[in-house]
Formats: sequence, C-alpha cells, structure tokens
Amino acid sequence: MSLTNLIVILVQAGILVNMMLMAAAYMVLAERKIAAWIQNRVGPNRVGPWGLFQSFADVFKLYIKEDIVPAAADYKFHALAPVIAIGVAVTTYAIIPFSGPLIELDGVKYGLAMAPNMNIGILAVLAMTSVGVYGVALAGWSSNNKYSLMGGLRSAAQMISYELSMGLAIIGVVLIAGSLNLIDIIQAQTDGMWFIFLQPVGFILFLITALAETNRAPFDLPEAEPELVGGYHTEYSGMKFGLLYLAEYANILASSAIMATLFLGGWDIIPFLDDSTVLGLAPFSLPLVILGHMAFLGKAFALVFVFIWIRWSLPRFRYDQLMNLGWKVLLPISLVNIIVTGLVILFLQ
Amino acid sequence: MANITSNTESQRLNFWERIYLPEIAKGLGLTLRQMFKPTFTRQYPEERWIPEGSYRGRPVLVLEEDGERCVACGLCSRVCPALAIEVRAAETQDDKERYPEKFEINMLRCIYCGFCEEVCPEEAIVMSKDYELVFGSQEEGIFGKDKLLVPVAQLQERLEFLRQWR
Repeated sequence: MSLTNLIVILVQAGILVNMMLMAAAYMVLAERKIAAWIQNRVGPNRVGPWGLFQSFADVFKLYIKEDIVPAAADYKFHALAPVIAIGVAVTTYAIIPFSGPLIELDGVKYGLAMAPNMNIGILAVLAMTSVGVYGVALAGWSSNNKYSLMGGLRSAAQMISYELSMGLAIIGVVLIAGSLNLIDIIQAQTDGMWFIFLQPVGFILFLITALAETNRAPFDLPEAEPELVGGYHTEYSGMKFGLLYLAEYANILASSAIMATLFLGGWDIIPFLDDSTVLGLAPFSLPLVILGHMAFLGKAFALVFVFIWIRWSLPRFRYDQLMNLGWKVLLPISLVNIIVTGLVILFLQ
Repeated sequence: MANITSNTESQRLNFWERIYLPEIAKGLGLTLRQMFKPTFTRQYPEERWIPEGSYRGRPVLVLEEDGERCVACGLCSRVCPALAIEVRAAETQDDKERYPEKFEINMLRCIYCGFCEEVCPEEAIVMSKDYELVFGSQEEGIFGKDKLLVPVAQLQERLEFLRQWR
C-alpha cells in the first residue's frame, strides 16, 4: 500500500462518514416531514427556514442530556452496544460503490468507494448486517430491563429469520451477474436490463427483508411502544441513545444503497440504453461519472422515501405473523425464485 | 355443530387480498394522495382561531354604560353544577334596586356548561369567545368583578345568537 493510496482512503473515509452523518440527520427530518404530510400536518418548521436545522438542534440537545446508566446494568456492555451498532453501520459504507472512478493517481483509479473491488462484495455486506444484531441484542441484554431484553431478543430472532430470505433473494442477482463483486454486478446492469426487471420477485423479497433487517415498520416489533416501551434502547439516554438511533438510519440508507446497486443499476443513468451514446459523453469521462453518482444517490434516496412512506402507511405485524411470513412465505418463495432463475439461465446457455 | 359461526381469514378474504401486496399498494396509494392535500394545522401562537357566536368560552358579566346588568338574584349561583359562582347582593339607588357587591367565578371549577347564561333573567351573564385561560396559581383562577365585567359592544354576537336560538 503506497502513501497516496493511504491518503486517498483516509479522505474517502472522511467524506463517507460525514456524508452518512449528514444523510442520517436529514433522514430524521425527512421522516418527520413526510409523516406530517401523510397526516395532513405541517411538521417541524421552527428551527431555521422550513425546519431545516431541526436535526442539528436535536443532536445538540442529545449532547447536553444526562447520560444515565441504570444501577443494575452491565456498564461495559451497556457502553459497548451503541459503538457496535454504529461501527457496523458505518463499515457497510466502505463496501458500497457510490460512484465510478473519478480521479487517477499513480496509475490507480479512485472513486467514492473505499473497497469497491472487494471480490466477496455483497457477502461482506451481509456479514456486516449480521454483526449488527450483536449491537441490538447486547443493548437489550446489558440494560438489565425486561422490556429492553424482550426488544433485544425479538430483534435478534427477527434479524436471523429474515437474513436467510435476504441472502437467498440476492442469489438470483448473483447468478445472473456471475459475481459477488458489487462493481461487476453494476457493470452487468449498465447499458442493459436493470436487475429489477429480471428479478422482480427478488427485489420485492429484498425490500421486505430489508424492512425487517432495519427494524422498520411494519416490522418494528423490537421497539413496539405499546408493549415494550422503547424496546432495546429503553434504558439509553443522551448521545448513546443518539448513536443507536443514528445507526438505525444509517442502516436504512445502507440498505437503500445496496438495493440501488443490486436491482436499480447502481450508477447507470438510463435503463435499457447506453448512457454515453444517449448523453453524448465518452464512457468513464468525468461528467458521466459525476452524473452517475448523482443518479446513484437519487435512487438510494428514492428508496429511503419508500421506507418512510411504508412506515407511515402500514400497521405493525404481530410477532407470530412476522415469523409465519418469514419462514413459511418468504423462504419458500426465495427458494423457488433461485430454482427458476437457475433453470432459465441453464436453458439460455 | 350447527350453533357455531365461523369467520376465518380464508372465508373473509379472496385470493388477492390474502397475498397482501395489492392491498398494501392500495394503502400506500391512499397515503400518497394524503400527502398532497392541504394541511389542517394552524400555526397557533401566530394564527388564532376566532370562534363563532355559538362558542361557549369563559362566562362574563355584561357591562353597560351605567354599570352591570346583573341584579344579584343568585340564580346562576344556584344552578351552577360545579358550584363555581359566588354572589353577594347589595342594595342600590338605581332602578334595578339590587346589584352584586361581590361576584366571583372560580375558573378552576367552571365547566363551561352555560347553565348560568341560560337561567339568567336579565341576560347579564353570557359565555364569551375567550378560550385562552392561564393562571400561575389557584388564587389567580378565581375571577372577581374586575375580570368578569366586559363591555356590551364586545358581546354583541353572542347576545344576538341567544336571542335567535334560545
């Protein structure tokens, strides 16, 4: 690893972490605004024009709050849980290729992606989201509170059940692209069919399991207020609570970005057509790459909107319904999806 | 087993309803339409609602140029279900002969039922449009004549409403 390589990676890490924090802050605002519009309300509009600085006010408030640790809690694990949650959420961003190659230094091309050519790509993403369960389960367990424990357990059970269908939903895409590498998956969709058209069932399965993985409504059982108070973060306050909350939104954006990569063509701008000929720009030229980056972010944030929209439309599932859906419906459908995809690929060859 | 009714999910729902997705799409469509409808919210401290004449705000005493209308008959005090009104009568040289020396409404007790207004033979106590009542202590919640007397000009709408509908 050369010095330039190291500096570039540090710069990328700085950009990505700040991008994630800003995006999470504004997703909280977007969540509240969209919820308000759906309920014919106005939403936050006091802090700054149109309520734009509301999130900063919230974060500032969280910083000056007292950090309460329950007397019966296991302090070390209580403090460790939010760190695991946010650490894992941030790590996922290292793998997602947010843009194509932007600059060339010493003969190596760099884009806004830290480890874009990792050959286990999507597998690493799945591994990271699995580690995310530890943060939540640990938060619930170390709080020594029955509601927290129930929330943590539910979350762990839910994530493990849905991870299976999520992994199987991806296999269809991997079969068509012939690679786990996220760049290769995007290249397979560029100038051709996006995988949402080839794998519609896979996309819907992935969307549903992503909702369950990120603990979003209608699968937000781990924090079901009427039963479990706050769920696994009942006993958290101050910035530790803030980190758990931030990790949730970071996971939503990560899931959206992965969906954009796998099913919506990543940085491909126009489906079915060759971008460079339609827009009259050379392939991999700087304007095209920047436009592609914008397209990627547009797709990711459109999916974030879908996440929020679903949350404010659908009621929460019951626990047995959740498990039924995961094991008896989604798992068989994803298996059938793999078999059908495999057979079609076999016959086309 | 003829006396058992059954209403299972498979009987209530058809195939498309049972696979959820079309119904979920309908629900999402509904919320999307709601997003583009105008909001009901009022920006309260800046925009304040002006009630109609039919609104029952805090009860007040009608003040004319030559003093209050009240003749201290005590009917309002007698009818008040919350026992919020206290009247002490005194004599006067005016035509009406009696006037309330002390008239107090305990606004912590008042339930805004409007019985005092209904029973009053002189139209002397009416419900106003005033709905913003804030006290710093329990003592402040007891309104004496200084707070209760309101010029008749401000109560015209309520008096007209009462003449038309009572």
